[in-house]
Amino acid sequence: MQIRLSGILCQATGGASTVEVSGATIGDILTSLVQKHPAIQEHLDDGVAVAVNGEIYRDRRDQVIPEGSEVFLLPRIEGG
Amino acid sequence: MPYETDYTNQKFSVIGNRVNRPDGVDKVTGRARYGADASAAGQLVGKILRSPHAHALIKKIDTSKAEKLPGVKAIVTGDDFPDFTGGNRSLMDTLENCMARGRALYDGHAVAAVAAVDAQTANEALKLIKVTYKKLPHVTDVDEAMKPSAPVVHDWIRTAGIEPAPTTASNISQRNEFGHGDIDVGFAEADVIIEKTFKTEQTHQGYIEPHACLATLGPDGSGELWVTTQGHFTFRNMCASLLGLDVAKLKVTSSEIGGGFGGKTHVWMEPVALQLARKSNRPVKLVMTREEVFKATGPTSSTSVDVKIGAKKNGRITAASAELRYQSGAFPGMWGMLGAMTSFACYDLKHVKSVGYDVLCNRPKVAAYRAPSAPMAAFGVESVIDLLAAELKMDPVEFRIKNAAKKGTRASYGPIYGPIGIGPTLEAVKNHPHMKKRLGKNQGRGVACGFWFNFGGQTCTDLNIGIDGSVNLTVGTVDVGGSRASLALIAAEELGVDYDQVRVTIGDTSSLGHNDTTEGSRGTFSSGMATIFAARNAIDVMKQRAADTWGIPVEQVVWEEGVARAKGRQNSNLPPLSLKEIAAKSPRTGGPIAGHNEVVADGAGVSFASHICDVEVDPETGSTRVIRYTVVQDAGKAIHPDYVEGQFQGGAAQGIGWALNEEYIYGEDGTLQNAGFLDYRIPVCSDLPFIDTEILEIPNPNHPYGVRGVGETSIVPPLAAIGNAVSNAVGVRMTHVPMSPPRILKAIEDAQ
Repeated sequence: MQIRLSGILCQATGGASTVEVSGATIGDILTSLVQKHPAIQEHLDDGVAVAVNGEIYRDRRDQVIPEGSEVFLLPRIEGG
Repeated sequence: MPYETDYTNQKFSVIGNRVNRPDGVDKVTGRARYGADASAAGQLVGKILRSPHAHALIKKIDTSKAEKLPGVKAIVTGDDFPDFTGGNRSLMDTLENCMARGRALYDGHAVAAVAAVDAQTANEALKLIKVTYKKLPHVTDVDEAMKPSAPVVHDWIRTAGIEPAPTTASNISQRNEFGHGDIDVGFAEADVIIEKTFKTEQTHQGYIEPHACLATLGPDGSGELWVTTQGHFTFRNMCASLLGLDVAKLKVTSSEIGGGFGGKTHVWMEPVALQLARKSNRPVKLVMTREEVFKATGPTSSTSVDVKIGAKKNGRITAASAELRYQSGAFPGMWGMLGAMTSFACYDLKHVKSVGYDVLCNRPKVAAYRAPSAPMAAFGVESVIDLLAAELKMDPVEFRIKNAAKKGTRASYGPIYGPIGIGPTLEAVKNHPHMKKRLGKNQGRGVACGFWFNFGGQTCTDLNIGIDGSVNLTVGTVDVGGSRASLALIAAEELGVDYDQVRVTIGDTSSLGHNDTTEGSRGTFSSGMATIFAARNAIDVMKQRAADTWGIPVEQVVWEEGVARAKGRQNSNLPPLSLKEIAAKSPRTGGPIAGHNEVVADGAGVSFASHICDVEVDPETGSTRVIRYTVVQDAGKAIHPDYVEGQFQGGAAQGIGWALNEEYIYGEDGTLQNAGFLDYRIPVCSDLPFIDTEILEIPNPNHPYGVRGVGETSIVPPLAAIGNAVSNAVGVRMTHVPMSPPRILKAIEDAQ
């Protein structure tokens, strides 16, 4: 599947806004992404959010990604 | 055992009632204990010496005279805070913000602190500390700070998000771009294009309770912190990291909180209090003055924003772009990025681009303020939306409805939306009686939309049932807006007991697993979810006790309306067992009955609101009075409607102050000129009309009760709604917040 990226995260993928990754859960695809682009690890350590079909997950790495989902990596968001 | 988080559309018997809040009597009688209300035997008074300069090298700090003053027990400076951050830049920024390390970066930056036997001695000691400064050039304006000639706040900053990576320092910590399509193509298709620049000044959350704490820290590294905070678990982790402590040895208890709105999500002086306690081996109480709160905690960004939107004559937007420059204070932040992400989130746009810049200045470290960064972006975007509607001779609400995002729209920040509520809020605005009220002379009406993300996060709760059947629910999310009432309602609903039977306590950090801070509108969403599951966990225990009592398999027991019932004809002779009966027998049936849950509560769902505002502007003085205000927002299921409405009204009230009056004013020397409520005017009751509310209950599919966060979104539209109303009243487009009387008069004069 493809994971899409935006903002400053693209810098860690050499400017690529989509990366082909594999895995069944959010944790799996993030591992796959790091294997392809190790520079993204720094951002994962700072915190990211993952949108699966528009639903934003900040913390759940065990979230299963349904077949055909759109997956979007976002910077972690702070609230007030 | 994991429980399903999906919305189930269950019928409620308790949820939705407007019950009395459990903390109400304590608060109105003065019995509630806030940050400054704790004391300990032998406690000292902590005071902080702060930089009088906007930017200065600290050449020397001589504490010798202060140390000799009788009654002074400890003095700390930057040298007393060794680096335990392990190279974590964000942690080091926090540490350096709590206590300067060689340079004072803004007016009010802490440079030393004293613990003494009383306040008089501590203040005397501060006067005896001699700091030798060398003043450095400073910058406090966001646009000035971006210029290549500007004084650089940190020489290690290289702008992230730019290719090739810069090799020289700048005040721009990062650039973030979001969007899709091709805006050049989109603007080429437009019949009308409007482009404007907007500015918003820095504001403070303005919580009434100043920061306060009582700290103890012994030589063995064990300590306690009583503190006003939105997140005591986060404070524990942060203080332990900064001071080299074991997390488990620091117990943090959250006091009642007199407002936070994002400003109490970060540590400011708590590590200083702990370090003073460690050095003196005595408890240290540290309470900020209002001046310190303004100068040395975390206000929101001042901003400078360019917005350009194009549309066809038929009212369809063809392209939108924005450049958003957010001042983050003396340390890097993510505020420009959030502004860029939220700016166009309300609209369905084929071609969109937003670029956010985070910019350092010699001002205090910016913190979150209720839907951080979104109100300033909305001010620019919603103003241009109104201008476009006027140019196209369309009703501004119809124009928004025509272009509103919906299920399947690609959000300007990236993902495709699921079911969302912007359309229904706009339809509700269109049909609201407020829109039909005739306006008088010098009056104007404005409408604006707003978006915020919301989130959930790590949550842990305990639910204990006493032998009399009363219920004690312990949660770890600080109650900033009435969540104890909401959570008691949820526990009562699940267990089938009366609301009054449930007491909710905010547990300290030693009593529960980690809970994320109450931010991101997460308190009732996430602790509500954990409460449901903890109650179901306790029900499982009670069903087993009933089954054991009856001598039947637990599978034959159901829980209905607060009682265990044995299912099936073969069990028809078994009378139901109530929660109270099961609880009374618990010592002899297996011991205490408790439920527990830890959950990562994700799936909070994005949130939208639309506001209507009527103002009257005095053309002689430029003074603005808000005469009517209506908030429409999607709340998901409103657990306790009073508190949902309270959040809506509170956000609008803060937005009114921000839009019309509030402003950090810096002098030429870079020092803050109005660090007090006399000169920084927040709205009081007499400034505000009754703020009407309409709750839309569109269920969140990712919460068993359909709950969404409600606390933040209501502050997003007010700047723009009021800006549009004032502009319509005076006939001149307002582009600078706050729209204070001098600014309104100047805008009128300039137009003439």
